[in-house]
Amino acid sequence: MKDHAELSEEFNKDEARVDWHDETLWFIREKRDKAVHTIPEWEWLRETGSQIKNNVLSNLSVYLEQFESNALANGVKVHWAANAAEHNEIVLSILKGHQVDRMVKSKSMLTEECHLNDYLTGNGIEVIDSDLGERIVQLANETPSHIVLPCIHKKKEEIGDLFHEFLGTAAGESDPQVLTEAARQHLRETFMTRKVALTGVNFAVAETGEFVVCTNEGNADMGAHLSEVHIASMGIEKIIPERKHLGVFLRLLTRSATGQPITTYSSHFMKPRQGQEMHIILVDNGRSRQLGRADFRNSLKCIRCGSCMNTCPVYRRSGGHSYHTAISGPIGAILAPNLDMKDYADLPFASTLCGSCSNVCPVKIDIHEQLYKWRQVLVKDGYVSPVKAISMKAMAFTFANPTVFEVAGKSGRWFMKNFPSLVSNKLNPWYKEREMPEPPKESFREWYSKNRKIT
Amino acid sequence: MTVGLFIPCYVDQFYPNAAIATLQLLEKLGVDVVYPKKQTCCGQPMANSGFSHLTGGCDDLFTELFEEFDYVVVPSGSCTLHLKDHLHSDKHPESAKGLRKKVYELVEFLTDILQVKELNAKFPYRVGVHQSCHGLRGLHLSQMTELVAPAFSKPNQLLSMVDGLELVDLDRTDECCGFGGTFCVAEEAVSSKMGKDRVADHIKHGAEYITSADLSCLMHMEGILHRQKSNVKVVHIAEILNGI
Repeated sequence: MKDHAELSEEFNKDEARVDWHDETLWFIREKRDKAVHTIPEWEWLRETGSQIKNNVLSNLSVYLEQFESNALANGVKVHWAANAAEHNEIVLSILKGHQVDRMVKSKSMLTEECHLNDYLTGNGIEVIDSDLGERIVQLANETPSHIVLPCIHKKKEEIGDLFHEFLGTAAGESDPQVLTEAARQHLRETFMTRKVALTGVNFAVAETGEFVVCTNEGNADMGAHLSEVHIASMGIEKIIPERKHLGVFLRLLTRSATGQPITTYSSHFMKPRQGQEMHIILVDNGRSRQLGRADFRNSLKCIRCGSCMNTCPVYRRSGGHSYHTAISGPIGAILAPNLDMKDYADLPFASTLCGSCSNVCPVKIDIHEQLYKWRQVLVKDGYVSPVKAISMKAMAFTFANPTVFEVAGKSGRWFMKNFPSLVSNKLNPWYKEREMPEPPKESFREWYSKNRKIT
Repeated sequence: MTVGLFIPCYVDQFYPNAAIATLQLLEKLGVDVVYPKKQTCCGQPMANSGFSHLTGGCDDLFTELFEEFDYVVVPSGSCTLHLKDHLHSDKHPESAKGLRKKVYELVEFLTDILQVKELNAKFPYRVGVHQSCHGLRGLHLSQMTELVAPAFSKPNQLLSMVDGLELVDLDRTDECCGFGGTFCVAEEAVSSKMGKDRVADHIKHGAEYITSADLSCLMHMEGILHRQKSNVKVVHIAEILNGI
């Protein structure tokens, strides 16, 4: 499997495309800045959101049980899934129970995390994603590269080609208005004919047993309202204690995500309408394990706004697929090692630790500090190359011994000055696009010995 | 007031002029400066690579060499932040803890401790300021664009005291240059691209010099400028403030 550095190198072969990707996402970061600067109490809102989530994480089981009993009282069927496999089996069993082989699904990063589409397809179920971005990547047989903007890596011309192939639009048509209309017609037919609709969950309210789904396209509503069976999949960390807390989170979510004051649709689902069946699947899939890691537990505060991706100078120049996991970007890099340390050992190193992610995070997750901490864990547990470990040991020895350091410093400069072709060659990654610093005649300590009293 | 001067390993080896300027500037401002010659490194290269368990020897050495001083001044935001956040010593736990509070990056030492109001320096050039991430978001040397909070900038406050110096505006005032320690070689493609983009922003706005309180960022950008055969130069902020 290719790691983040290798996948980024491929992405960077087309520099103009990297520029386009970077500028597109930076534009969204700027929209976010404009939106939050109109809210004088923004930092207070972030702090409040963070504190509410602290409370949730410290009382998670209490709120989940409260939610379950209220949802049951509302006539909703509640399922518990310990992992992705259990979640997928529950969905399949509901579909089979209704003898249905087709389903419409609105955006749910949890189902991406569980690889639900692959599982259902393998079991003879056709799934159509109704979020426009997700539908586009689905047609392209790809995965979302961004949790809020799934097809942000695709240019409109490429989308035009896909729609020409799958939806019958004219060849070469890339006008967004025309393409969106084609998607609307295509999805309308889907909404009208599917008996089962699956949605994600942005917030679940323990106090009332209701859940809230936020979309800009209204696609979750179209699917759910026209269906005979509504399945909602949620990670257990999506719970909030009371309805009034939505007044904090709904203000934070979309300003952070896209710079909008609120999503076009923030739909509350509480009970099935007459004749409808409503299911909620509460999914753990490693979340309890992460909750038990003191240094990493508050990664579970994440409300999936994607602002850390938009601001991340690495993400913007490496693309979401370089993270080779469902949740990409900085937040993905601290969530993924919890799922599999070996497969995702590269991700906490795919950062300069610049800290911009932590500053935009609407629930104040200390993302860059967790990246640093994951590095320590991954090294200690042996997931970093032995070559690196040897060179680090040599470095540590040198820095702990002043005499050795002085000699190494001298020879290092001597080496660079006398054999530039040896150091500055193509095997040295620094040299591919950068010159080495020119070694000075003397180091500071040599200058100091000549010019000041030695201590 | 006696200040221990800590010169980061790569500054000692590659950028002695920035270290000399730091020393001379502090001396001009009436500070007793001592440079303990056995110093090596803050330990950040190991720790940021995930090897913080190997920094013990480095930390002990630093603690022993610097515990006696009123303050420790470092012409590097990144190394300062590492010491403030992570310095610990099993041999001298209390000294290490005390040192964390006594370590200052040069700019913040000038604005917050010495409270410098004027400088005798002239630098008649157009200058772009590069905010190093650790100085910015770690030490809070300037306000961060992500936050809804009043603007300020300690480096700009000092640079405004320099005769003839003209600050240039940038499209992205606090984006990372992509150096990131071992990131610059481990993730060469993204790192280089970040560096190229950062440099391009300064060039676009007509900067003749790029300055910063962190030489690691400047070393990265200098490497790119040299490869591009650009006339734009990098200079550590101490050299400007000292009046080169």
